[in-house]
Amino acid sequence: MTIAHDDIRLDTERPVVGTMTMAAALNRALADAIAEDPSVLVFGEDVGALGGVFRITDGLAERFGEDRCFDTPLAESGIVGTAVGMAMNGMRPVVEMQFDAFALPAFEQVVSHVAKLGNRTRGAVRMPMVIRIPFGGGIGGVEHHCDSSESYYAHTPGLTVVSPSTPQDAYSMLRAAIASPDPVVFLEPKKLYWSKGEVDTSVTVDLGTARVAREGTDVTLLAYAAMVPVALEAAEIAASEGRSVQVIDIRSLSPFDDATVTAAVKSTGRAVVVAEAPGYVSVASEIQARVFERCFEYLEAPVRRVTGFDTPFAPPKLEHWYLPDADRLLDAIDSLHWDDDERASR
Amino acid sequence: MRHDELLPRDTPVSLIDETGTAVADERYAMPDADTLLRAYQGLVEGRRINDQAYALVRQGRMAVYPSSHGQEACQVGASLVLGDHDWLFPTYRDSVAVIARGVAPADAMVLLKGDWHSGYDPAAHRVAPQATPLATQLLHAVGFAHAAKRRGEDTVVLALCGDGATSEGDFHEAMNFAAVFHVPVVFFIQNNEFAISVPLSKQTAAPSLAHKAIGYGMPGQRVDGNDVAAVLSVLGEAVERARAGGGPSLIEAHTYRMQAHTNADDDTRYRERDEVKAWVARDPLSRMQTYLTGQGLLDDAAEERLAAGAEDIAAALRDALNTDAELDAEDLFRFVTAERSPQLDEQWQLLRAEIERAGLTDAGGHR
Repeated sequence: MTIAHDDIRLDTERPVVGTMTMAAALNRALADAIAEDPSVLVFGEDVGALGGVFRITDGLAERFGEDRCFDTPLAESGIVGTAVGMAMNGMRPVVEMQFDAFALPAFEQVVSHVAKLGNRTRGAVRMPMVIRIPFGGGIGGVEHHCDSSESYYAHTPGLTVVSPSTPQDAYSMLRAAIASPDPVVFLEPKKLYWSKGEVDTSVTVDLGTARVAREGTDVTLLAYAAMVPVALEAAEIAASEGRSVQVIDIRSLSPFDDATVTAAVKSTGRAVVVAEAPGYVSVASEIQARVFERCFEYLEAPVRRVTGFDTPFAPPKLEHWYLPDADRLLDAIDSLHWDDDERASR
Repeated sequence: MRHDELLPRDTPVSLIDETGTAVADERYAMPDADTLLRAYQGLVEGRRINDQAYALVRQGRMAVYPSSHGQEACQVGASLVLGDHDWLFPTYRDSVAVIARGVAPADAMVLLKGDWHSGYDPAAHRVAPQATPLATQLLHAVGFAHAAKRRGEDTVVLALCGDGATSEGDFHEAMNFAAVFHVPVVFFIQNNEFAISVPLSKQTAAPSLAHKAIGYGMPGQRVDGNDVAAVLSVLGEAVERARAGGGPSLIEAHTYRMQAHTNADDDTRYRERDEVKAWVARDPLSRMQTYLTGQGLLDDAAEERLAAGAEDIAAALRDALNTDAELDAEDLFRFVTAERSPQLDEQWQLLRAEIERAGLTDAGGHR
């Protein structure tokens, strides 16, 4: 059997600029990667004829053939474990885990092999694979459909862990993830799948970098994934109240862009870390610790965290209490010892 | 295939019984004399490697060694049935098979010596790295074969596991994926009766492990794992079937772990000495020696040559393990990712400063 469709020349050869949803941007990134590189294979549960439960792989099997995008048996360890073997044998697998909690059966393969094979073999074997995981809440999903599992992956040496918050980043970061020589856990915030934005397919993003999502001078919000729009909303409200709020989209959870974050917090002297996941032993607590270590002399107030509670994710009718919102961020901002400034300026 | 063709035999395939007598089989042919002599050489070398490694652990030169003493026929068979471009996906107990594929004995022992997690380039000898998680490598083998099939290559992948590993979920997923995608993989279970201390009767209620194959729609077969002729014939047929596009199959070898799980284990706590002694009579080397001698294929001079060759390998292994490798602490950071992250570089700088403060002139020093 030969690899089919490697001679396909799509209209995707030309860069495209346009408004699209994050879901469409991800779909486009997969299509462009498949078209450009015959070693890219997309597989998982329901990614073929159905196009994925979130339609991220919509039309790929039809367009490129089942050689390039195909359904597997319903077994996540099997999906990731066979992707390891494919990556050992010259392929660039891009696998879809259907939901965050359903990625857990693959955890041993991810932690024990995907993350470690390069190190085990002193670089003789690399794992150029992408594990796409729709994650997080805010969509009224039932139990096991709304988890934020990023800390498990970010805690694992050898994995690159990223999450976009805009359609542009979704496109550019997924292309970068597929091109990476290292394994990437690509976390897709479900709540933002249908958010729209401008996408220019010629834009590239280096994995490992944070993005200044909004300039500001009084306080820095450090957010990622579905919390970035919440942080931007809080910044807008704060601006109307006379406070200039900077928003950093962390977007690369591992490796972490200390340089951008440190420069940002030093410039404002105040910071709030925002995440949807439970806060205890989390990416948010790691960011908080790093900021304290690196910016202590510049801080006007303790670095605060606004995160999900240390409870299992809420049922649909209670999730509005669980998820951090703009009001909760504004309360945290209000607690950052502004009185001291006012006293000092008197 | 008809359903009943997927079922294994009621008794394992045997071509040379434990007395060294040939057994006629209607389906599986006796390998030719050259192949049998090569296999016997492999058995002699494998036994010597097992015993040498065991001794090196007792001398403190290796951290641990899971011995395949008693299972050498499976080790040698697994190596000899593969062509140069085929791949072997071994377990941690398969060092003899890894070495039989051409990996230098010292390189094969790096994990167990403790210098690094693996000591060879997998592509150099078409041998995947050994590791200690159970059954996970079976999925790697399936994916590897899947990629080869997609490229139109005729590579066959031989995936090894033990009886305990058949209880793991990845065993099931690997069988199922292999069958659904019809990939050229042969699964080879060395049923040595024990998963550390737990006997097979507590792992499965199946009539045999090979019977599991029919549940996935692939053929299963049972073979006397201490009969290298039978292992070669049964495995060889499965490999060629896979190469010809016939898909995966599952072979169960009935063998016995003659020693404890590792040197750290005490097998007197869970099995009777009489049971172990009974398996001495079924030893894979002695029956081949009897058979080959009876056939006029082996004489004292040939035996001496084989023993000397095995002793050379053992000596090389001793020399390698009695030499402390030059280790470099920076290696901890070198291979984690293709490009070192700023965080890892920062951590390496801290460690380097610590090493320098300790007065060690190079990064290879120990505390």
